[in-house]
Amino acid sequence: MSKITYITHDNKTHTIDVQNGLTVMEGAIQNDIPGIDADCGGGMACATCHVYVNDNWSDKLPKKEDGEEDMLDMAFEPRSNSRLSCQLIVSNELDGLIVNIPSKQV
Amino acid sequence: MNKADVLIIGAGPTGLFCAHQLGIIGLSSEIVDNLDKAGGQCIELYPDKPIYDIPAIPECTGEELTNNLLKQIKPFNINFHLNQRVEELKKVNDRWHVKTNGNKEFDVASIVIAGGVGSFEPRKFTIKECEKFEGNSLFYAVKDKTIFKDKTISIFGGGDSALDWAIELSNTSKVNLIHRRDGFSGMEASVQKIKELNDKGKINLYTKYQLDSVSGDNKINSIKIKHDDGEVKDIKSDYVLGFFGLIMQLGPILDWGLNIDKKKVEVNTENFETNINGIFAIGDICSYPGKLKLILSGFHEGALAARGCFKYAKPNEKLRFEFTTTSKAAQERLGIKND
Repeated sequence: MSKITYITHDNKTHTIDVQNGLTVMEGAIQNDIPGIDADCGGGMACATCHVYVNDNWSDKLPKKEDGEEDMLDMAFEPRSNSRLSCQLIVSNELDGLIVNIPSKQV
Repeated sequence: MNKADVLIIGAGPTGLFCAHQLGIIGLSSEIVDNLDKAGGQCIELYPDKPIYDIPAIPECTGEELTNNLLKQIKPFNINFHLNQRVEELKKVNDRWHVKTNGNKEFDVASIVIAGGVGSFEPRKFTIKECEKFEGNSLFYAVKDKTIFKDKTISIFGGGDSALDWAIELSNTSKVNLIHRRDGFSGMEASVQKIKELNDKGKINLYTKYQLDSVSGDNKINSIKIKHDDGEVKDIKSDYVLGFFGLIMQLGPILDWGLNIDKKKVEVNTENFETNINGIFAIGDICSYPGKLKLILSGFHEGALAARGCFKYAKPNEKLRFEFTTTSKAAQERLGIKND
């Protein structure tokens, strides 16, 4: 288990214990965190599990694959710290990760 | 008015195979889809990506799967109504009347919603004032390129649509291409061409910029773009084109009175009927305990929903279970000649 903190657009903080091996997206869906749609179910085929990674964490995450960056072009208001949460696999290294959920996914 | 036993909403693999199952049991169907071609997500999101979990097909692409399904339903001569989004639903006696945004009308005994995660629509700019200019000087698709002749066009996006139009329009217009990062998702040859045109001064390329604001009275006359580091540039622009791919929206189906939870339609697992009698939902759009978003699950759901449609189409007949290997009736429907 690792603690992942999701901050929704209305500034509500949800800190959840997510099982290692699941994705940050799955952690949100299974715990009913609002604001993550994950329309394609984790296939990197849509951009509706988009999150902004807390600045302290940007460098600690595995690098984006090309496909993820391409998909982020299609996200709602992408920024340099944007990630697709389906591509972030929870592990001990990610314990304490903080992500902000955008106001919309589509 | 198009009259049939069943209207299938969505021409993805699930909808196509459901049409096959309906055909086998002797029911007619019509298919509508908001895209300009059949195949749904398989064609729109991953036409070239191999799929490895279709039973008995070790590997095939989304496009191959779609083509095979189209071949499989060919004997049934099913009408496709593409570029149509369903809008209105009305119950008339025991039948459903459905109308699309292109004013096509259907009179059917039941409806199968195989709408995936919704209908595909262009992703739009998030800046509010863009709406005001949409359709007159701001577009998400090019319908008539002649209007751009000798004008200044600002194109946003980094995929093939953005690159292709930037290259094409640079022949007759002044083109600004604006993208949020240095990398592009379009084809490498197009990226090279864009860089060449930029070096020759035929295109103005702005990377790491995004749209900040648009201004003009009736039409756009200038836009502001903002760099990642906060710097803002004011550029003259007669037209703005945005190519950010497609998003999926449930649309008018939301207002049909179906039980919907998290953008999914609740169904029973006996025949995949929704809370409304005569309306079925299959594939990614339906939800039930244990639902898997796999194409193979969609096929199973379509087979059962097709049988569920039978009693509405032929209330006085009893459906007998048959195999295509031995059923004369099914083989006849498939156009197979037995000597």
